[in-house]
Amino acid sequence: MQNFGFYVIPILIVLIVSFAFLKNVSIFDEFLLGAEEGFGSTISLIPTLVALVTAVSMLKSSGALELFADLFYPVCTFLKIPPQIAPLALMRPISGSGSTALLDNIFSNYGPDSVIGTIASMIMGSTETTIYILTVYFGSVKIKNTGHALFCAALADICAIVTAILVTKFLIL
Amino acid sequence: MLNYIWPIMIIISVFSAIITNRIPELSNSVLSGAKDAIDLTISIMGMMCFWTGIMKIAEKSNLTQKISKIFENFIKFIFPDCDCASKATYAICMNITANLLGLGNAATPFGIKAMRELQKSNKFKNTASKSMIMLAVINTASFQIIPTLLCTLRQKHGSENPMKILPYLWITSLCALIVGILAVKFFERKNGD
Repeated sequence: MQNFGFYVIPILIVLIVSFAFLKNVSIFDEFLLGAEEGFGSTISLIPTLVALVTAVSMLKSSGALELFADLFYPVCTFLKIPPQIAPLALMRPISGSGSTALLDNIFSNYGPDSVIGTIASMIMGSTETTIYILTVYFGSVKIKNTGHALFCAALADICAIVTAILVTKFLIL
Repeated sequence: MLNYIWPIMIIISVFSAIITNRIPELSNSVLSGAKDAIDLTISIMGMMCFWTGIMKIAEKSNLTQKISKIFENFIKFIFPDCDCASKATYAICMNITANLLGLGNAATPFGIKAMRELQKSNKFKNTASKSMIMLAVINTASFQIIPTLLCTLRQKHGSENPMKILPYLWITSLCALIVGILAVKFFERKNGD
């Protein structure tokens, strides 16, 4: 089961390619057409990515996350939530690699099966890099007015974090 | 959206750097950040090309149509203004499939492809349509059956049972996904009348 992840991609590709082969699709030509489209959309993402990645990199280096995590410290202790979770929860929406590094750190310091490790795993698994996804998705089609997307996505994330903590406290441990 | 988030991120960074005395680090991060963006672009470009290529093959062999049949009722409920037999719907279905399978780097190309198709039928090109917002929100609350990276990390650090949390993770993700979808639906109703 653990290695299931490694089988998904090969199986998927074999299924798609052999199905198309049976249907007499000119597979290679179609692949090239599609790949060209992917190339174009990646290039058009560059300005958006430069803006976002630079801002995220500034946030990371400025120590802002630690400052905000400190602000959450009393709230966390009051709610009996391990305060070490706060930096992860703050990093998660903006950076996939940044939050993975923090998770790795939490696992080395406290172990993956500890309370902190379990809550961190739950938060990591049930949320996504929200800001990054919204930026890339809307940036790829140059949408300026994103309406209620950010609010709804943030609400879902907050719900995931709260549920993750509650589930860990009452069901897992 | 980013007209607010982006400046806020930068202003917070500068003020935090002043408080924590990290101005030199901040200055370096501007240069390295811009470079990282290009590194990121190059590292995702291969995956983007590969998966959109594979998607094109699936499209030509009518496989995407078959997959979207599975999700038909779900799509009709979630994306009411989306034609069930359109390229946009096919891309959305591939995006949902990739998310379920935990293929993050395939989900993004399919998602972007879906956004581009949705943009073609969007009346106001600067404003996100209902379906676009729904697609983006579903992706930010992505529901994975097997989160491979997480399980690998847990195993690496000697977890007794790396997969133990999976059922709880499904409950949590599902809660978040439902809250996200209901929130979008609520705003659709509110703005629609």
